[in-house]
Order: sequence, then structure tokens, then C-alpha cells
Amino acid sequence: MIVALPLAAAGLALVGFILVCMVRLSIGPTAADRAVALDTINTLVVATMVLLGAAFNLVVLLDVALVYALLSYVGTLYIARYLEGGLG
Amino acid sequence: MNGLIYAFLAIGTAFNALGAVALIRFPDVYTRIHGATKCTTFGSIFSILAVAVHGIVQGGAAGGTMAVRALLALVFLLLTNPTGSHALARGAHRAGIKPFRAVVDRLEEAGHRSPVTRHGSKETQ
Amino acid sequence: MRRVAEWATTAALAFVVFLVLSSFTGKWGVWASDELLAGAVIALLVGLATGRFAWSRGGWRLLQPHRWVLFLVYLVGPFLYAMAKANLDVAWRVITGRINPGIVRFNPGLRTDFGRTFLANSITLTPGTLTVDVDDGSGDFYVHWINVKDPSPTADEVCGPFPRWARRVAE
Repeated sequence: MIVALPLAAAGLALVGFILVCMVRLSIGPTAADRAVALDTINTLVVATMVLLGAAFNLVVLLDVALVYALLSYVGTLYIARYLEGGLG
Repeated sequence: MNGLIYAFLAIGTAFNALGAVALIRFPDVYTRIHGATKCTTFGSIFSILAVAVHGIVQGGAAGGTMAVRALLALVFLLLTNPTGSHALARGAHRAGIKPFRAVVDRLEEAGHRSPVTRHGSKETQ
Repeated sequence: MRRVAEWATTAALAFVVFLVLSSFTGKWGVWASDELLAGAVIALLVGLATGRFAWSRGGWRLLQPHRWVLFLVYLVGPFLYAMAKANLDVAWRVITGRINPGIVRFNPGLRTDFGRTFLANSITLTPGTLTVDVDDGSGDFYVHWINVKDPSPTADEVCGPFPRWARRVAE
């Protein structure tokens, strides 16, 4: 049940921006462009989760957002390492 | 307090939108990192601050939990986002991607003198 | 002895983070007792695993409390102002598409890892600049500058007062 409508609306808007970033994720000419788009999407997902967790009054979503923020950071570092050729 | 929440939400949503547009519109990977990192970090900070204010206004154990966890998420974003984008920029440069219409590229001239890992073989042996 | 101090400090810090994370979980107090027990065990394990990485190369300086006060002052003062300016700058460049990019090198004269990390993150989030690489030996910063005014700039031209703040907070 939605308890705070403005927060839910903002969360929905961020979902729209995630879709815009997915355009870059699919057309990006190089692998680095796609990685940047993915990094941006990760940040937006964290913000969306926090907003929707408040909007639906679900504290569990905020915990998931914390874990997602840290794990997506590790994922970004691995992709960056792969880009510079350090995983081979 | 509701006005404060609305203001934070408006600022956060606007700058997140700007980050998404910058990602589409800028010409090469470094400028895209510029736009995407700065704008989405700033926008997400304000979105999360709105949630923290909402939790404080709500009060009680549930609101307090919400505010504390939102602020922790803010700290993590503020610490991890610039580091991750720096790693991506460095990876892109080492992968051989040239900056678009660069007037100067000192890193190319220096030829990547810095080793990939300093805490590598020399210190662990 | 030094090893023990290192892992004990790391475990204590991890426990503090856990206390913040699990606040408001108790019934009448602030923390529930089983949460405290689980947090203590996990903090000890984390301290044992990562204690020897955290405090080498001058990292212990970050334990001095006056640096935390300075850090908070920096965060709500010059940093927030520069970040707001950075975002308006990016907005302007998104709309007009007017860019003049390049990668420049400068040396802020920082020696410790924490100082360099602090400055690199500040540079990335503030107007028109993005740290691409840091030379570990000489401390040279390679910065992607979106509007190059001078191909061989000084630290002041690129990032203003931030090296001084980095020295005050982290060195």
C-alpha cells in the first residue's frame, strides 16, 4: 500500500530515467560506454529502491538498496579491471 | 516539513534526469562519465535526503530505521560512486579509447608509467 | 602488539558501523541483544580478516577526532557548493554542447593514500574535472578536464582549494 504518493511518483520517474540509460546500454559504441551506462543505472536503482521503500513503508527494500549499492560497486570495479586487461 | 520533502524530491528528480540526458548526449566515454557521475550522485543524494526527512517526520522506530538506513545508503553512494567512475575512466584509457577532440592528452604522452597494482608481487613476496 | 592494535581498531570501527545500521531494532532500548551479539562476532571476524590492510601508510591519522570535524565542515561547506556548481555546469554543457576536453597533468604534492583518494574523489565530483589516473610513485594526477584553459596547469587552476583541504583532513 502506498503511504507517500510523492515519493512513489519520484521513484516512478527514476524508473523512466533507467529506461533512458538503457538506450545507451544497448547502442553504446564501445564496451566502456556500456559499463558507464550500467554504473549510472546502478546508482539510479539504489535511489529508486530507497524511494519506493519509503513510499510503500517497506524497510526491507532499504536494506536491499544498501547491499545493492556495495555489490554493484564491486561489479563496476571488476568490469573496469576487465577493460584494462587485468583479468586475463 | 512537507515543503522540504517536495523541494528535495524536485531537485533530485531534475538532476537524475539531467544525468540520463548527459549520458545520451555527450560525445565520448569520458564526458559521459562526467555527466552521469556528477548528476546522478547529486540527484540521488537529494532523493535519499527526502526519504530521510520523511522518516524523521514519521517518527517512531520504523521512521528512525528508515532515516538511518537511507543516510547509510547516502554515505555508501558518496564514497563508491566517484571511485567506480575513476576506475572506469582509467580502464577505458588503458583499453585505448582516445578522448574526443582532445586538445592535450598528457596521460598518453606519459605512456602509463604507473604500475597496474602497487600492492602486487613486490609487497606480498 | 601492533597487529593486535590494528585488528582491534578495525573490529571496533566495524562494530560502530553495525550499531548504526541496526539501531532502533530493540523493544525498549535501542538495540536488541541478539543483534548486538551477532554484530560483535561479525565485527571480530572482519577485524581479523582486514586489519592489516587498513592502517598502513599513515592511515592511523584518520582516527584523530579533529579531522572528522574538519571533514564535516568541508562536506557541508566548500564541497556542497562546488558540487552544486558542477551540476549546473554540466547542465549548461549538455544544453549547449560546448566542450573543449583534454587530459592534463598536475602535482598537488600529497603523499598518503588517504589524501590522494580524498582529493581524487573530490575532483571527480566537482566542476568539469574527472580523475583518470594517479601516478603512485610521484603523486601526479592525470585529470580529464572538460574545458581546458591551460595545457600545463597548476593544481590551483584545476581544483582550487581542494588540495589544501585534503592536506588538512587526511594528511
